[in-house]
Amino acid sequence: MKPGRPAMRHSAAAVCIATVCAALAATPPDTRKSGAEFMSASTQAMQRDDTQNPAMLWVGGGEALWKAKAGKTDRSCGSCHGDAKQSMRGVAARFPAFDKASGRVITLGQRIDMCRQGAQQAAPLKPESEDLLSLESYVALQSRGMPMNPPQDPGTIAAAARGGQLYRQRIGQLNLSCAQCHDENWGRKLAGATIPQGHANAYPIYRLEWQAMGSLQRRLRNCMSGVRAEVPPYGAQDLVDLEAFLSLRAKGMALETPGVRP
Amino acid sequence: MARTLIHMPANARKGEVIEIRALIAHPMESGYRPDAGGKLVPRDILTSFTCRYNGATVFSAELHPAISANPYIAFFTVATESGTLEFSWQGDHGFAQTEKMPITVSGS
Repeated sequence: MKPGRPAMRHSAAAVCIATVCAALAATPPDTRKSGAEFMSASTQAMQRDDTQNPAMLWVGGGEALWKAKAGKTDRSCGSCHGDAKQSMRGVAARFPAFDKASGRVITLGQRIDMCRQGAQQAAPLKPESEDLLSLESYVALQSRGMPMNPPQDPGTIAAAARGGQLYRQRIGQLNLSCAQCHDENWGRKLAGATIPQGHANAYPIYRLEWQAMGSLQRRLRNCMSGVRAEVPPYGAQDLVDLEAFLSLRAKGMALETPGVRP
Repeated sequence: MARTLIHMPANARKGEVIEIRALIAHPMESGYRPDAGGKLVPRDILTSFTCRYNGATVFSAELHPAISANPYIAFFTVATESGTLEFSWQGDHGFAQTEKMPITVSGS
C-alpha cells in the first residue's frame, strides 16, 4: 500500500460526513399531517379513547374471529400465528407488500384472505365484509403507534411507482387528480369539509359519514366516484398500487388504526 | 347477538360516583332512506335502553330514528352495593339484548 493512502481515505470520509450533515440540515421539517389533525376536537377524542371509539366493536369482533376455528383444516388464525399481540406486531405497517407466490403486490386484507383460503381452506372473505374489516382492524391494532414501514423490495417499489403515476393522473368528468386536492389544496375547503393531505395511516377507519367501518379502497373509490371517474372494483391492481404509493408517502408516520374520520 | 362494549370500574367505594359507557353495534336504519331502487328501507332501530343495578333501574333512555348507528351511551350512577349491573337494549323486529357486568363495592 502506498503511503498517504489512509490519509486520503480519511479526508474522503470527512467530506462524506460533511455532505451528509449538510443534507440533514437542509432537509425541510416534516410538513405531513395525519387526517386526524384536520378533525374536530370531539372526533379526535372519539379516536383517542378506545371506550368511545365505535371501531373497537370491529376490533372485538376481529379478536373473536382470530380465535375461531374455520375451514376444512379446522384451524384458527391463532393456531398458526399464536397470540396476535406478538405475532402481528408491526405487520400492518409493512403492507401492501410484494407476494412472491402470486408475483404481485397485495394488501393486508388480501393477505388475510390468502390465509383464509389457503391455510384454513375456508370460504373467501368478501371485500368490505364485516368479517374481513374486523380481522384487518384487529391485526392493524397490533401496530398502533408504530411508524409506517413500507417494504423496499423491487416489486413493492414498482407498484408504488405505478400508484404514484395514478395519484398524479387527472381522471373523471371533473378532470382532477388525487394530487390536485391532497397535495396542492390540503387544508382548504371542499364544500363543508376540510381537504386532508390524504395519508393512509389509520385504515380501516370508522367513518362517521358511513356510520360503519371501511377500508382504504372504499375511501379511494369514494374519491373516484366524487370526481365522476370510472370506479375500479375492490381488489383491482390500480387500487392496490395506489395503496402501495400512499403507504410509501406516509412512511414513518405513526399508524393510528382504528381511526375515526368525519 | 350484537357486539357490545361496556366500560365501567370493576371496583368502587360505597357512595362513589362511577361512569358507565355502553356501546352496541346496530345499524339504526331510520326508515326514511331510500335504497338503490328508490324504495324506503324499512325502519330498524333500537327503541330503548335500560340499566338496572341489582334489579333497580338507575338509568333508561328512549332512542329515536335520528340517533346514529352503533349508539354510544355514557351516564353516571352511585356505587351503592356489590352486585350486578344489567344492561338491556330493545328495538324493532323484536330486537332484545342483555349484558351483565359485576361490581364490587367496598366499605364507605
